[in-house]
Amino acid sequence: MSHASPARRALAALLRHRLAMFGLVVVVLFVAAALLAPWISPADPLATSWSAIRRAPSAAHWFGTDENGRDVLSRVLWGARASLMAGVIAVGGALLIGVPIGLVAGLAGGWLDALISRVADAMLAVPFLILAIALAAFLGPALENAMLAIAISASPVFVRLARGMALEANTTDYAEAARAMGNPPWRTALVHILPNIAPPLLVQATLSIAEAIIAEASLSFLGLGQQPPAPSWGSMLNSAQRFIENAPWLAIFPGMAIFTLVLALNLLGDGLRDALDPRSARR
Amino acid sequence: MFRRIALALLLTASAASAQNLRIGLREDPDIMDPTLARTFVGRIVFAAVCDKLFDINARLEIVPQLATGHHWDDPKTLRITLRPGVKFHDGEAMDAEAVRYSLNRHLTMQGSFRRGEINTMESVEVVDPLTVLIRLREPSAAFLAQLTDRAGMIVSPRAAEAAGRNFGLRPICAGPYRLTERVAQGRIVVDRFAEYWNAASTTIPRITYQVISDSTVRLANLQSGALEMVQSIDPDDVAAVRRNTRLRINITDELGYQSITLNVSNGPRAQTPMGQDARVRAAFELALDRQVINQVVYEGMYSPTAQPVPPTNPLHVPGFQPEARNVERARALLREAGVRTPLAVEMTVPNSPDLRQAAEVMQAMLREAGFELRINTMEFASSLQAATRGEFETYLLGWSGRVDPDGNTWTFMHSRGPSNDGRYANPEVDRLLDTARLEQDPARRRDLYAQIYAIALRQDRSRIYLWHRKNIVAHSTRVTGFTAVADGLIRVQGLRLQ
Amino acid sequence: MISWFLRRMGQILPTLLILSFGIFALQQLMPGDPALILAGEERGDPAVLAQIRAELMLDRPLLEQYGHWLWRLLHGDFGFSWRIRVPVGELLLDKLPVTTQLASMSFVIGVAIGVPAGVISAVAKDKPLDWLMNAVALFGISMPNFWLGIMMILLFSVQLGWLPPSGYVPLWEDPWQSLATTIMPAFVLGTGVASVLMRHTRAAMLGALEQDYIRTARAKGVVERSVIARHALRNALIPVVTLGTIEFGRLLAGAVLTEQIFSIPGFGKLVVDAVFNRDYPVVQGVVLATALIFVALSLVADILYMLINPRLRAA
Repeated sequence: MSHASPARRALAALLRHRLAMFGLVVVVLFVAAALLAPWISPADPLATSWSAIRRAPSAAHWFGTDENGRDVLSRVLWGARASLMAGVIAVGGALLIGVPIGLVAGLAGGWLDALISRVADAMLAVPFLILAIALAAFLGPALENAMLAIAISASPVFVRLARGMALEANTTDYAEAARAMGNPPWRTALVHILPNIAPPLLVQATLSIAEAIIAEASLSFLGLGQQPPAPSWGSMLNSAQRFIENAPWLAIFPGMAIFTLVLALNLLGDGLRDALDPRSARR
Repeated sequence: MFRRIALALLLTASAASAQNLRIGLREDPDIMDPTLARTFVGRIVFAAVCDKLFDINARLEIVPQLATGHHWDDPKTLRITLRPGVKFHDGEAMDAEAVRYSLNRHLTMQGSFRRGEINTMESVEVVDPLTVLIRLREPSAAFLAQLTDRAGMIVSPRAAEAAGRNFGLRPICAGPYRLTERVAQGRIVVDRFAEYWNAASTTIPRITYQVISDSTVRLANLQSGALEMVQSIDPDDVAAVRRNTRLRINITDELGYQSITLNVSNGPRAQTPMGQDARVRAAFELALDRQVINQVVYEGMYSPTAQPVPPTNPLHVPGFQPEARNVERARALLREAGVRTPLAVEMTVPNSPDLRQAAEVMQAMLREAGFELRINTMEFASSLQAATRGEFETYLLGWSGRVDPDGNTWTFMHSRGPSNDGRYANPEVDRLLDTARLEQDPARRRDLYAQIYAIALRQDRSRIYLWHRKNIVAHSTRVTGFTAVADGLIRVQGLRLQ
Repeated sequence: MISWFLRRMGQILPTLLILSFGIFALQQLMPGDPALILAGEERGDPAVLAQIRAELMLDRPLLEQYGHWLWRLLHGDFGFSWRIRVPVGELLLDKLPVTTQLASMSFVIGVAIGVPAGVISAVAKDKPLDWLMNAVALFGISMPNFWLGIMMILLFSVQLGWLPPSGYVPLWEDPWQSLATTIMPAFVLGTGVASVLMRHTRAAMLGALEQDYIRTARAKGVVERSVIARHALRNALIPVVTLGTIEFGRLLAGAVLTEQIFSIPGFGKLVVDAVFNRDYPVVQGVVLATALIFVALSLVADILYMLINPRLRAA
């Protein structure tokens, strides 16, 4: 065994990757902003002020005020909560559902594998936003339902990933030997497959979170996600459309927030893929 | 060479569009059947497709259209003379029989929303091919005015019989244009009817009504020339339109109002503290500051109100004004009613940006009084249907208004009123409404309405009237001949497109 | 080939069956009673309600209802819109040309920008041009397309007045106007496609350029450009073609937000409007239609992949 484990080598590679590091820093900043929002917000994001409608950015309101006199900076900070919750919780849920199911499919094989694969195919056949919209139609518009829709739509990817890894790992000599020795398949799974699955899962999770954030923003933009007056970048963009000529800051800041966070996640995901996946020899 | 072809193509494109007047609507009309229709934007299209017995002019006087005159033989008998030579779109001639058929259809058809408007009508008789006699159950000051709207629209009996409930898909009326194409939530296209009785007044071959619910997009289309006219502009866009030298703007006080309908007894959704206890509803109303909402959302252009009849109407009750906002009293009322705050209440809001913002402003105000307002956005025509079914707690609804106050009250407040979505029923109010309908003396009539408001609004809190809006019609300078009438409709007779 | 096709169908048909059941089952989540809604003004009449319930088979067991629903579906009956009483299938067919036009234009823009960019980027690997292209592609993927759409309307319609801000004119009605109304949304969607295609083309090209036979060709002294053109490019295009087909499938349905902003009456706008109309049959219809199209296109992608990939063809 070399003194540097694969994990440590990967970590070193990641740290050297400047763009990925930049992405990581930005993501951490957003997470911190979301967690600390109650303390670092200059104002209550729901506090209306009828005399300070649509004020341009100034010392008092760094990002200006919206059409109901609420401080845009505070709403952007709090909006990070909705976005990150949708991203992390939804994708986390997708992981928790998708990975075990995928492992079962890969290890069990036979008709169970076929059934699970077909269900995953069925879910992937519906374009994600349409599926989310349909669920919102039947369940009602709410952030929780949006997160549920996102989680459901994101899980097939993890099912496929886990299944693929399970199939591959099952055929290694080590695994065969373990089986020959009488180890039950689930033990093989836990001991041999899971450690190897972590890198590609991490990469996919990061990219899925980026997609989930855009998805939450899209649903809120349509009025199907986070309901007013709770702040969400997507719904802020929707309200901003009316005032695009007179108060462009209403559209610029939430849009920049989405863009920056998603970009950072994509950079991080790319970096992780380069560092962790030996097969993608891109650099 | 290429440039010449491109130029020629562009010119033909613009020449084709020069023949076509494009009007932007803020909502999609519901069914295009005058008996079953409820939307205001539907009335705008009907103004081109279905002529009525009478119309109103800019001075709000009743003038002839399909009828040439009327005469009250006695207070319960109305004699109407009809215009000769009028043809329906299918070529059939309009005669007294057609009028009799149409009026009966409005009165008796299953699901008719006109019933509440003309239910004092007992029978229609054909005297001769150009004269009808309408017999009323009781004398009514308001009846004639109802014939200036959809209740007075005459449809082709043959087409209506053949189509039944599907008449709205291809309405056959006697208007200057006939409906040729409809794309749901897209557009309605009407083409000029050459045999219209007043064909000289219409020169534009085709009108396309485009449904654009987003006010910014509607305005942008007008500014870029993609539309020649827009039925409704938001107050905060007025300044931009005024600055544009290629656009003209017309602002009139409307005949109607914006209100909140409260579900007090329509189905299970009424079984809430809000639906059952007038104190809770009073608290709700006292939490609202109409002037602030008007200022924030509408640049102060609208007029806060507590009654359905605007100040421009002589039967407006001057003493009945909105109560000032009183959060303390609202909280006290909620305590008295024994409800646990915050009390969750749902408001159905038609999906237009200004109404959504108004709802959000109300949400903030209501929170201070102990209400947690949940906003349920729905497309307008669907919200009307849902309200009829009782699937709402509170409903932010506007009404385009009628010349006669009966048109703004009876169908909404009377227990048998078809548009009474909240199913409010108070026998005293019913009696007063029926009496007011018949009362000829304006001062006594006004007094009757004052009593109605005192009971239905202050005591029973069955509805909350918010403000009277302005009709803001904007059009390109290419459009001439437009006369603005307080009902907000776009009358196509006399319109010219340069 | 035939056996492969049969195997593929053996996968697709169960998938479609499961999909259809899932979409059918959505109805159970719905609040309210469909019979009441469809009865309209006659809902006070128990006889009418009973009749509607019998027609819709609401009292039968779930599987039986599903069976009948599926049977009607296979005959092309997608149900009726609750809002305007027209068959859902008619609505879908109405919107299909619009969505197809938009998707095609976006796809063309995406390919025209993305593929050459990917090729250039791969050839200029690690040089500044590569970095720049990668950055732009990354920006393209991260940009929320509704924001891009709003910004474009602000610039091109409001400020410059060059293009109409919304609305749609069909191609056969007026080609120039049609182009004017669809160019902005097509561009918005196309940039997303371009970014994805660019990254994949680049990766595929790099992979192809490092193949042994390329090195052999270089060693033999064959001119660089012909090496790229004849060998690398052809192989690199394989995954691009298959990916592109799938992207096109996604475009057909995924244009929801863009259609909303630009008021283009396609599938995306149809389903969003249906949500606000509480028009559940239309929602179900759109989900089904887009899934069917997507599955069909995936099959096409698989077939194309089989046809162009020389190695697979030999097998």
